[in-house]
Amino acid sequence: MIPLSAYVALSAVLFMTGLAGVLIRRNFIIVLMSVEIMLNAANINLVAFSQHLDSMAGQMAALFVIAIAAGEAAVGLAIIIVVFRGNIATNVDQINLLKW
Amino acid sequence: MIYLLFGYFAVVSILSGVAVIAARHPVHSGLSLLSLLLHVAGLFVLLNAEFLFAVQIIVYAGAILVLYLFVLMLLNLKTEEQYLHARWPYFVFAGAGILGELLVLLWQTPYGGAKGAVTTDAVVRTGPSHAVGLTMFSDYLLLFEIVGVFLLGAIIGAIVLAKTPSNAAPSAQGRVGRFT
Repeated sequence: MIPLSAYVALSAVLFMTGLAGVLIRRNFIIVLMSVEIMLNAANINLVAFSQHLDSMAGQMAALFVIAIAAGEAAVGLAIIIVVFRGNIATNVDQINLLKW
Repeated sequence: MIYLLFGYFAVVSILSGVAVIAARHPVHSGLSLLSLLLHVAGLFVLLNAEFLFAVQIIVYAGAILVLYLFVLMLLNLKTEEQYLHARWPYFVFAGAGILGELLVLLWQTPYGGAKGAVTTDAVVRTGPSHAVGLTMFSDYLLLFEIVGVFLLGAIIGAIVLAKTPSNAAPSAQGRVGRFT
């Protein structure tokens, strides 16, 4: 039997990988992909605790996280398409104005 | 055997995660993300969550990742010289520090908690989809409906955002001047 701490440690490592990706990359789409890595790390955590506690609640939360991730990807990529098509910017750090 | 499988899935998923944020070309990042998603799906099988395994393959690797790759190839991104943030070592060191503290705290945690009723034997007897369905359509029915409305809103929002405006060219030109 794999100990729960192994899953939680793996989840922590993956989450910090995603967080580092959000902070250090300049490309829009890679930043969104790093957010997906973080969501996957949270899913591993939820499912591991679901099995540890003999409960279905963690798996339900992981399913809803996947649904929210689908919505986030659709809206985020639509925003990226708008930004690229208007030639507004090509990197994350070039968008520094919300409204003007 | 199960330790071997867990080690394989864990090591390859971490390596793929690092490859996603380290790859220079965006398409390579997308393919590394595919590898990460598949190995996380393998971890779900080790955790007796076969339904989530199927959902992860179909929805994540099948739908979301294809959407990412589609947009990547539609936009035809070029690989830039400076693909990392200018001060990236600070962020990496801060992240490593936080990760070290997190791992120390996690190894010290006892992980108690009240056990539920859905044991592995019960899930194996009725099947994983049956167990997930029973819980989803009884205790989590309201959340299920809310997620349906949320997805409708996301679809409408994506269509409205990505719709081509009728006077795209002049306004786009004006924006370039103000932003740069």
